[in-house]
Amino acid sequence: MKKNNLNIHNLITYGIVVAAFLFVSILVWTGNASRHLQAMLVPIGLNIILAVSLNLIVGFLGELTLGHAGFMSVGAYAGCLFAIKYAEILPTAVRFPLAMIIGGLVACVFGIIIGVPVLRLKGDYLAIVTLAFGEIIRSIIINLEFTGGASGLKGTPQNSNFYIVFVVIMITLVVITNLVNSRAGRAICSIRDNRIAAESLGINITYYKLLAFVIAAFFAGVAGVIYGHNLSILQASVFDYNRSIEILVIVVLGGMGSIRGSVIAAVIITALPEMLRSLADYRMLIYAVVLIAMMLLNGSQKFDKYKGRMNIGGLFTLLKNKKSAKEAG
Amino acid sequence: MSFISNLINGLSLGSMYALIALGYTMVYGIAKMLNFAHGDVIMVGAFTMFTAAATLKFSPAISIIAGIIVCTLLGVIIEKIAYKPLRKASPLTVLITAIGVSYFLQSLALLIFGSNQKSFPMLFNFEPIRVNEDLILKSDSLMTMGVTILIMVALTLFINKTKTGRAMLAVSEDKGAAELMGVNVNKTISITFAIGSSLAAVAGLFFGLTYGFIGPYTGAMPGIKAFVAAVLGGIGNIPGAMLGGILLGVIENLSKAYISTELSDAIVFAVLIIVLLVKPTGLMGKKINEKV
Amino acid sequence: MALLEIKNLGISFGGLHAVDNFNASVEKGCLYGLIGPNGAGKTTVFNMVTGVYKPTCGTIHLDGKNLTGKNSIQINKQGIARTFQNIRLFSNMSVLDNVKLGLQNQIKYSVAQGIFHSRSYKRKEKEMDEKAISILKVFGLENEYNYLASNLPYGKQRKLEIARALATTPKLLLLDEPAAGMNPNETGELMDTIRFVRDEFDMTILLIEHDMKLVAGICERISVLNFGTELASGKTEQVLNDPRVITAYLGE
Repeated sequence: MKKNNLNIHNLITYGIVVAAFLFVSILVWTGNASRHLQAMLVPIGLNIILAVSLNLIVGFLGELTLGHAGFMSVGAYAGCLFAIKYAEILPTAVRFPLAMIIGGLVACVFGIIIGVPVLRLKGDYLAIVTLAFGEIIRSIIINLEFTGGASGLKGTPQNSNFYIVFVVIMITLVVITNLVNSRAGRAICSIRDNRIAAESLGINITYYKLLAFVIAAFFAGVAGVIYGHNLSILQASVFDYNRSIEILVIVVLGGMGSIRGSVIAAVIITALPEMLRSLADYRMLIYAVVLIAMMLLNGSQKFDKYKGRMNIGGLFTLLKNKKSAKEAG
Repeated sequence: MSFISNLINGLSLGSMYALIALGYTMVYGIAKMLNFAHGDVIMVGAFTMFTAAATLKFSPAISIIAGIIVCTLLGVIIEKIAYKPLRKASPLTVLITAIGVSYFLQSLALLIFGSNQKSFPMLFNFEPIRVNEDLILKSDSLMTMGVTILIMVALTLFINKTKTGRAMLAVSEDKGAAELMGVNVNKTISITFAIGSSLAAVAGLFFGLTYGFIGPYTGAMPGIKAFVAAVLGGIGNIPGAMLGGILLGVIENLSKAYISTELSDAIVFAVLIIVLLVKPTGLMGKKINEKV
Repeated sequence: MALLEIKNLGISFGGLHAVDNFNASVEKGCLYGLIGPNGAGKTTVFNMVTGVYKPTCGTIHLDGKNLTGKNSIQINKQGIARTFQNIRLFSNMSVLDNVKLGLQNQIKYSVAQGIFHSRSYKRKEKEMDEKAISILKVFGLENEYNYLASNLPYGKQRKLEIARALATTPKLLLLDEPAAGMNPNETGELMDTIRFVRDEFDMTILLIEHDMKLVAGICERISVLNFGTELASGKTEQVLNDPRVITAYLGE
């Protein structure tokens, strides 16, 4: 019974993504997609991958990290350097996927290097240390020769497109969803809910924390590679803590621990500044006001009645509860 | 430049970080929240002083006082509107709200003043002090340090000797118990934000004087650094914030002088990481044991 | 040799001797009570036995193996499971998942098998579901398996915590105030359940309890702690009639 519900819930999430993909594809094929829209597709997809993977740490493991952009940058540089080196030797169909895997794995290695010492810190301390690591990575990349330094890395083949991003999104969704619904995922969630109880059941906290951290880093790295293949120049300055915060905002707005919420919030948050383009200078201001308002509605006691409606994951829970109440009554 | 002048510049920079870190740490101690917008209050302070002095041609003293007043009010208003309704919300919700406030202040400044850097008026024009050929002391560095020491002494006295100060300590220890003992928690939190923000305004003044230029994103990096300083000293701990700020400034300046300008930020962050790995609650933070 | 052998156990926090020179030996299959006034150090003993605190002196042996100074995870793997005074459930997870987390080290498959939902994943998950439901049935919780743990009423939350601990197939079960907050009916029911668990799973149980009716009703032996030191121990009836124990509870 329960398993079926779960499967249906996940299938709906996949269905939403596939439907959105088909819809946009049709727009593109029929020539109805504006240049703006087409240019937004890859960034939106990247934010979906980044948000869903960060949700594993923030929503499911329950730890706050502000260094996701750091993993993204490490992956981007590793994958792009590989792609530049083998641009003439390997065909795109081999090189690009290989670059993504290399970028992901290098990000994993950094995830382990950073995670092992850092994951015993908690809460705000973990947040600031991951932020610090992200900034250190950025500074170092800017000061290295082979990364192109401050002027950036040029020459990555521009192979990214909307279809590849879609495939990677689906892989990310399936891997994270399946992981969360497995033995390891349960252990990860148990650490979030009650670390001491989890230890009393013999669950290896350190291992599962690191696992969540490393898997999230992998997908951040892959997203970085796609990002690098989408532009003609890769600059370390874009991977600063503000980028990490942007992803965190998506996760929190989408609802922590809600994968579907992350997907939808990623679309909205990425598209919002673009949709507000006509408002020119006012758009960041409006974005800020919307963000504050959403958080106030979400967390304030005064608005308890509406609680859950202002974050996307909560909205689904609310609808589901209504439905099950109807079925029961 | 000699080691001594590098050290003094570091102490001056550190004093500025300490002033900002004090605001972070006091707010954290009392409201248990990371006020990410705190760095942007510095920028507001600096821009207020800029407008008062350069555009409206007020005297330096009035401009400075205007900056402090605006920031104090701003801190209290931000708390009332954005943070107070979220007292019982998850820390992450509060954090994102603070980030929202930070974006708000930045984009507002961008709208009003544009993205170009403005040159900060020289509110004071003291001659540098020449000790000998190698050692020239910049007067604004000395002033930054002097004022910071005064503020720190005053703040320590205020917290330990006055009723309001003790109420702040009580609220940071246990909000519920303090309320039961008749402490006005809302008022105490407002006062904390007011003090923290006025210190940020002073830091804004020193920032402007030291670097000479201000822009809408001026506050962000000093804000993050001061946050690092607060954590380094043990967040929530007032002497810790002072120590953390000064250490950070000195380390940053010495690494700029002797290692690498570009890597100085990385070195600062690395110091934080190393300290936290050895002492997970910072230099002066207390170890908290979870009760089982 | 007894299943659990505690010798000369002591711990101090910053100079304060919370527990001093505590001894106990719990025979296999025994229902052993640990009682004493508030602040006597009972939960501290539990925390040392389960590795939450490291004792400053003394030894703890389970089945002849030295557990002193091991951490919670290792101690659980050696066969000690516990519940907590202030209930510690995985409150945002289902009742079933709570128990399945207890089975985490009993029924295993790899992370990759979980990610790819391999056949072995499906088989092992089914096995876990069945095992978990069978444990829930002991506590009459099988119909609520899909509830969020936090949505259960208080008494059932305490039961779920015991069920979850049992799922780790311990040799020794530690219950920290299992009847706290229960009404007399629920307590009576709980006594039956504890006895049933002991008989059905051949379990050794060490419990902390303030409800004297429960202690007198099911414990075969008890130890009394007062101000961190052992006041008396032995057969339940004898100890409860010991004048020193009565004084400790009721005052002079």
